[in-house]
Amino acid sequence: MKRYIDFYLASMKIAILEQWQYPVANYFYMIGMIAEPVIYMVVWSAVAQQQGGMVGGYTPGAFAAYYIVWTLVRNMNIVFTPYGWEWRIRQGQLSMSLMRPIHPLHNDVAFFAGWKFVVIALWIPLALALSFFFKPDLHPTLLQGVVFFFAIWFAYLIRTMTLSLMGMITFWTTRVSALFELYFAAELILSGRLVPLSLMPEWVQRAAWFFPFRWAFGFPIESLVGNMSAQDLFLGLGMQLAWILFGILAVSLIWKVAIRRFSAVGG
Amino acid sequence: MSSSVISISKLAKHYQVPEREAGLKAAAKGLFKRTYKTVKAVDGISFNIQPGEVVGFLGPNGAGKTTTLKMLSGLLHPTSGDVAVLGFEPAKRSHDYLRQITLVMGNRNQLAWDLPALDSFDLQRAVYGLPTDEFKRTRDEFIELLDLKDLVNKPVRNLSLGERMKMEIVAALLHKPKILFLDEPTLGLDVTMQKRIRSFIAEYNQRYGATVLLTSHYMADVEALCKRVIVIHHGRLLFDGDLAALVEKFSAFKTVGFSLDNPATDLSQYGDVVSVDGSRVTMRVPKEKTSAVTSRLLNELAVDDLTVEATPIEDVIESVFAVRQEALE
Repeated sequence: MKRYIDFYLASMKIAILEQWQYPVANYFYMIGMIAEPVIYMVVWSAVAQQQGGMVGGYTPGAFAAYYIVWTLVRNMNIVFTPYGWEWRIRQGQLSMSLMRPIHPLHNDVAFFAGWKFVVIALWIPLALALSFFFKPDLHPTLLQGVVFFFAIWFAYLIRTMTLSLMGMITFWTTRVSALFELYFAAELILSGRLVPLSLMPEWVQRAAWFFPFRWAFGFPIESLVGNMSAQDLFLGLGMQLAWILFGILAVSLIWKVAIRRFSAVGG
Repeated sequence: MSSSVISISKLAKHYQVPEREAGLKAAAKGLFKRTYKTVKAVDGISFNIQPGEVVGFLGPNGAGKTTTLKMLSGLLHPTSGDVAVLGFEPAKRSHDYLRQITLVMGNRNQLAWDLPALDSFDLQRAVYGLPTDEFKRTRDEFIELLDLKDLVNKPVRNLSLGERMKMEIVAALLHKPKILFLDEPTLGLDVTMQKRIRSFIAEYNQRYGATVLLTSHYMADVEALCKRVIVIHHGRLLFDGDLAALVEKFSAFKTVGFSLDNPATDLSQYGDVVSVDGSRVTMRVPKEKTSAVTSRLLNELAVDDLTVEATPIEDVIESVFAVRQEALE
């Protein structure tokens, strides 16, 4: 266990140092990412105002809170993509990872976890600027704050597991872009990324319970900006943990089969 | 042999590769019925390597060298045959096994591009769970041996290819592996850098008694490091033995060079003219006729600066491929 902690700390340090090499590039990347929620925020705020100041229980201030927290959760959702798996198999980078006496997935989890610290540091001024312009209505309790802290890291782990599962398809075929696009489309609708899930039709909300997307995106936001009871907050964390455990189990099982199919590039 | 650290027997790796003819018709047909071709990347090779040996693993592109190294290091599952390295079955990739080996590929990078190599070395310490004192001792020893002191604090992206390769080798050896699989470690490097890396590998082999299996297209690497060579072609073993024996066995010619006042003279009766550069002539002469030809040249023509050299090792290897390939077909 001590070795794993040491490895995680060393790997996270490398990620932080690497990302600090390019703070400007990282900032532009984040600013580019903010365009999406700002559009949603402006559109929904306009709809709310036209409907007498509220739509589906959301005021413009509530939408602002939702989408500003959205920007942090979206950043926490950035993990090694399925396209990245394809790249690392083609480039032979996976071969180098496999030569280490540590599972390559630990490397991904540790590296991107380190990156998050840089992301959070860069996000704070952006969130303050957005708050200045859009006046979010955000008054979390201490419990909500604590649950949110765990929820964003659990969200990170859920998305790491689900996208790793998708990525491992590339062990069988490297032509799976269409499948990835389908996955991301489903994620967009069922996660709360496009619009808060409570504004979606009833059946979409029910369906969202049974997919990991909500637990990796919508739930962390709602835990901070919504009016969830303590019971619902803990239930949400429980669902996140269940998805993480399921993900670890599925990744372990599929990895064992996938690695046998692995054919490194070169003759 | 029980004392072998690497032991492979009838090792094979076959791939099923889809194939179809060119054109729309063939593409449409391929939607319903796919045909596959079996490519035998490695086809039943056997050899043993003893502790501390440095063995050159030679063959042309596509011979199956890298595939064999990948099976030995556990990256590929063999189709058939037996492999044992240090008593482990590599394909299981047990962590105890991976801690005792390393694979260096000349075209692969495991260092953090934007950071000084020292940071990547520290990550290697954590990956292998090395005690800090021991890690620092080994790291500093390697840095000194490869003369890297002024470079380890520079971001890797600012290093030359040769400097990066030296850093890669340090990173790959920090855990002091007992077995080194080196796949083209000097690929693309200049002569000085190649020499430096060769001497480091030799030094590491001597200090730690490590076993080295090396592939390289630079015969200077093989000549400098390997007493024994294993030659494969089309996945089949062509030769396994002393480099000197290989040269003796397959070097059918010697190279005779001399200066001649009139290089336009017909020299075909003496041997094959390889090149004429000004007054300098280079000929290839059958080994058993070398003495007779040189004395005839000296007696019959006005030659100066006559030299007789063994055939370059590259040409010897080429003749191994040519001779043995005929036997295989």
